[in-house]
Amino acid sequence: MESEFLTTMALTFKLATVTTLILLIIAVPLASFLVFSKIRFKSIIETIVSMPLVLPPSVLGFYLLLAFSPASAIGSFLTEHGIRLAFSFEGLVVGSVLFSLPFMVHPIQSALSQVPLSIIEASYTLGKSKIETMIKVVLPTIRHGLISGIVLAFAHTVGEFGVILMIGGNIPGETRVASIAIYDEVESLNYAMAHQYALTLFIVTFSILLLVYTLNKKSLGEIK
Amino acid sequence: MILVNVTKRLDTAEGPINAHFELSINDSEFLTLFGPSGAGKTTLMRMIAGLEKPDSGVIVVDGDIWFDSSKKINLPPQNRSIGFVFQDYALFPTMTVRENLLFAAETADQRHNVGEMIELVELTALSNRLPSTLSGGQKQRVALARALIRHPKILLLDEPLSALDPSMRQKLQDELSLIHSRLGVTTLLVSHDIAETVKLSDRLAVIELGRIKRICPPMEFFSPQTLSGKLQLIGEVLKIEEDFPAFIITLLVGSSVVRTVVSSTEASALCIGGRAIISSKAFNPILIPLP
Repeated sequence: MESEFLTTMALTFKLATVTTLILLIIAVPLASFLVFSKIRFKSIIETIVSMPLVLPPSVLGFYLLLAFSPASAIGSFLTEHGIRLAFSFEGLVVGSVLFSLPFMVHPIQSALSQVPLSIIEASYTLGKSKIETMIKVVLPTIRHGLISGIVLAFAHTVGEFGVILMIGGNIPGETRVASIAIYDEVESLNYAMAHQYALTLFIVTFSILLLVYTLNKKSLGEIK
Repeated sequence: MILVNVTKRLDTAEGPINAHFELSINDSEFLTLFGPSGAGKTTLMRMIAGLEKPDSGVIVVDGDIWFDSSKKINLPPQNRSIGFVFQDYALFPTMTVRENLLFAAETADQRHNVGEMIELVELTALSNRLPSTLSGGQKQRVALARALIRHPKILLLDEPLSALDPSMRQKLQDELSLIHSRLGVTTLLVSHDIAETVKLSDRLAVIELGRIKRICPPMEFFSPQTLSGKLQLIGEVLKIEEDFPAFIITLLVGSSVVRTVVSSTEASALCIGGRAIISSKAFNPILIPLP
């Protein structure tokens, strides 16, 4: 029982870490696009990014499950290439990335929109390329937005239930994450075990948030 | 030698206009773009910097083509040898004063020069401070030093002193003048402050509604009368008070307030907020050195 608990917790944080890293890579260019691009259909993309905020997780999970099934075009294409997303860890990562996207994009987007255009232009006039400007000027300036995004996306992935239940099921060591395990233990009236999962999640997420807010306040104090 | 001949469609408060700017700037010259807001001064400067693209025309600097619409040449700002000082200073908030300058420095020589440059703008004691802990005047000095560190062919100053209080403004004008004469860098300044313009510039380009109306030395524009006056000052009329049979006029000259008496005919030609020349013909001005 104890080793199963550890496996489940490890899987939960592995999922959250992988999801957060992927989101970080996607979100910075996506948020920059949403802030700086002037194309007409931007609001459509903005809407799609924000959809998971209002959509019931089961809706997204249901459509992902359909998409992943070998009967669908995407699913059969993936199967041909030896990738199975339904009821697998990789599938959970895809689902979590989509579902936590706004939690990463929104804080970065709002931080980026407050970066004065003049510091970006100043960097260009000092001979720095767009990429160098992004890495050395913009990203350090928006680091609070990045940290908020990382924390929110991580915590949200740890807590996600509906999408995972729909596309991942409850396979120990593969797709069984803590939130699912709690539900499962309660169903089988194993309250002690459910409590162990719940309390662990509670303490871990509380500690992460506390640490981040303390650090954030400290470094903000230095800058301001 | 910098040659500019560009056109650009501008959206102004009075509707769109087709701006056309043609001017040449001599080496080491200090040229001020002077005129009302919305006339296109900043746009012209941004086009020279490569931050905005002209609709057509050419920009040639020391024989190098920076922009030529017929040859489809448009160097990005990165490849133009410019130093740009923005109105809001545009310092990198996460870098200290020294790091701001080091970021700008390209060669080992320039990096080596950072300390000297910080000394030139009198910020040595503050070199490890973050921009947010500096005053407006200090920030502007950092911005100036940062723009100069790469030895640009042209220094572009977009109303750099407009956000400062009058005394800091005067101090920085003096410093700017000193730095310009020391480094001899060709400088283009956007300003609508008369005192600043007269004090700093060799020539003045008066810009109105997307056109250069006139290029001349500043005093020729602000004080065209050929009086034999021994003392001549330009001031802004602050107050007109009737004190029968004359009028008392209060003017702002530089940063000092001056009161003078005029006849009612003279007073009727003046308006509050307008500019006037104070000229004293009859007596020698008395000059007393200040401590």
